[in-house]
Amino acid sequence: MPDSPLTSRRLSRRTFFGAVGAAGAYAALVACGGTSAPPGAGGAATSGAFGTGATYDGPPVTLGFWNGFTGGDGPFMKKLVEEFNAANPNITVEMNTLQWGDFYSKVPNAVSAGAGPDIAVMHIDQLATNAARSVIIPLDEVSTALNYTEGDFDQTVWTAGIYKDKRYGIPLDVHPLGFYANKGQLTTAGITQMPTDGASFQAAVTALQGPGGVPEPFWITATWPAHLMFVSLINQFGGSIYNPEGTAATFNSEAGVASLDWLTSFITSGASPANVASDAQAQAFRQQRNSLTWDGIWMMNEWAKVDGLDWEAAGLPTIGDKPAVWASSHNMTVTSQAAKDPNKLEASRLFIAFISEKSIEWAKSGQVPARNSVRESAEFTALPVQSTLATQLPHAVFPPTVAGIGDVTGPTYELAVNEVILGKSTAKDALAAAAAKADQLLADNRAKYGE
Amino acid sequence: MVTTAEAPPPTTTRVKRTRTGSASPAQRAGLGTTLVFLAPYVILFGTFVLYQIVYGLWISLHEWDFLLPGKPFVGFRNYTDLFTPGSVTSERFWDAMKATGIFIVLSVPLLIVIPLALAIALNKKFKGRNALRALFFAPYVLGVAVIGLLWRYLLDPNVGVVNYYLDQLGLDRIPFTTATPYVWIALVVPTIWWTAGYNMVIFLAGLQDIPRELYEAASLDRATAWQQFRHVTLPGLRPVMVFVLTITILASANVFGQPYLITQGQPGGETRSAIMLIGEEGLRNFKMGSASAMSTVLTVALLGISLLLLTFMRERRERKKS
Repeated sequence: MPDSPLTSRRLSRRTFFGAVGAAGAYAALVACGGTSAPPGAGGAATSGAFGTGATYDGPPVTLGFWNGFTGGDGPFMKKLVEEFNAANPNITVEMNTLQWGDFYSKVPNAVSAGAGPDIAVMHIDQLATNAARSVIIPLDEVSTALNYTEGDFDQTVWTAGIYKDKRYGIPLDVHPLGFYANKGQLTTAGITQMPTDGASFQAAVTALQGPGGVPEPFWITATWPAHLMFVSLINQFGGSIYNPEGTAATFNSEAGVASLDWLTSFITSGASPANVASDAQAQAFRQQRNSLTWDGIWMMNEWAKVDGLDWEAAGLPTIGDKPAVWASSHNMTVTSQAAKDPNKLEASRLFIAFISEKSIEWAKSGQVPARNSVRESAEFTALPVQSTLATQLPHAVFPPTVAGIGDVTGPTYELAVNEVILGKSTAKDALAAAAAKADQLLADNRAKYGE
Repeated sequence: MVTTAEAPPPTTTRVKRTRTGSASPAQRAGLGTTLVFLAPYVILFGTFVLYQIVYGLWISLHEWDFLLPGKPFVGFRNYTDLFTPGSVTSERFWDAMKATGIFIVLSVPLLIVIPLALAIALNKKFKGRNALRALFFAPYVLGVAVIGLLWRYLLDPNVGVVNYYLDQLGLDRIPFTTATPYVWIALVVPTIWWTAGYNMVIFLAGLQDIPRELYEAASLDRATAWQQFRHVTLPGLRPVMVFVLTITILASANVFGQPYLITQGQPGGETRSAIMLIGEEGLRNFKMGSASAMSTVLTVALLGISLLLLTFMRERRERKKS
């Protein structure tokens, strides 16, 4: 990390600069923090601002469209954008893709500086935070103008887009976890049906470990996607991560302990190696070194790329008492930056409508469309993996729509899952400590966002 | 710079010049010129360092999210929170400081000894010396993202190359990126591989500054190679050594990319460095007040270490003089 190639010959002075360098690093950090004024433009769109016309006839307008589709999903979205640009000569949508990891710290800065996107794709658990911070504006007018109603979309995800009685996102898709298996290895082990519950899952694992089989068929990671499995499991066991209001952490429960016990049991029994790093289980699945894995629906295109990998997908087995699955959703949002220009707002509405209606193309990138009409179309049911995993939608679990909820995950239950899987702590202790911290963070967020 | 042939200089300059006939050129040029020459640095320093430090301190006294209209003044609460066990930030912060401290203690000695040994070896005359120098320096030109991903895949506990060969040799796999104490290997070894070349180059320059006569005199006195190293090389390198030590400690204290990419802070948060936590708190969770308070505490700690080193060097110098 040395980064100060000072080459003055006066060493005492250089040493002095070294000391100043420490202060400089500090200054740089501070500089990233707070130089912009609050935009104060939340909800600036006046009534009818989004227009109602079927086409856009105003002066030429350019829309900045930012998303985090850095993987195999990017080209699908790019193609849709190109189609839209060709169909709308007066609107130019410029797509910009950045890592999701940086996305939610960069977009607010860029929007407040007026150099950000006009339309942004955001995950459902980020809508409330960005609404509270006036990064994005309410879209009730858009959904009214487009005649979108609750009946047009998957109900859970449609409701989850509402924060303080206003809609902030038009859902594009739902992406749940899925259960993937190496079909060849299952057949060798004499299993013809994908396991659907705890008993059949355990039986499959044992059968796979048989002679000539796979010694370690189900790898439990210490990080991603283990905490997503935990969210699914705790809900299956009748528990939850937060209370419905998002005011208290509820994961320190018997259901939480049962979930972690189930995960760690595979490490104890030797069905999973210990210390599996993030995404190593996916790497092993590609190399056919394990047979079963729970991972996002978007991984399907990754499996498809691997030569000679014979795999199949199913909804998560019900390990607990009822089906439940972690899911998230990409939502189209309009930023407060666009609110300053009525032409941009009108163009945004047309773009959102276009993408929403074309979401079958988007589904091919490994997503379940949020729109019912698309999900029920023959074209979608012809996509075997997506339509199989789509059957889980009624059991999809989203976090409560509370500002700042996304920040609570990392330092709390995600950390607890990591500690327990790595054997650093018992389930009970880790969950208790994490829940206490989560309650504090939730209270802090309530005070901060004034809820 | 100031010539009489051009437009008459400002009055102040003229007055000065008449008063002090035999002054130095700078004095003759006057205060105005001095300020003009200083201005670029003062402006840059003021804008990008001084103002930011003061602004940072100001932020640290608030609950600060630059996008929210309300930024309540909370006095020193962000600081007292850091020193109150059981608060939201204290445990995470001191865990991160501890991780940073461990990293400094493990990496800095090696980042001094190995580059010094390399520099001494490569200061000898032999064929291919320049090629070897370039080779050892080469990793330094890579970005942290490159070396981070590279080592993460080399050291992965289950699908990594290193563990593949351990397996082939019939040895147990080592969980380099997920379990203590191995995570420290996964952070320190790549860092040495990556940055040792930089320190080596500075040591090489320092070695070439040591007068050859001293070695000749020492060998006439029948000093052994070790004695030459101990009594000629090391004292000759002292100023360079303090510089390298200071920047290496500061660089190690600012470690971010390696734990972010290689261990991702695992296990639990045990390898999450201070900068990683500050970035997460301030730029991802938008709690800039408490992030600034953390930065201030880290800065004070680093300034303390730097000053300690400076004092250490001064003492040695004075002792030598007396």
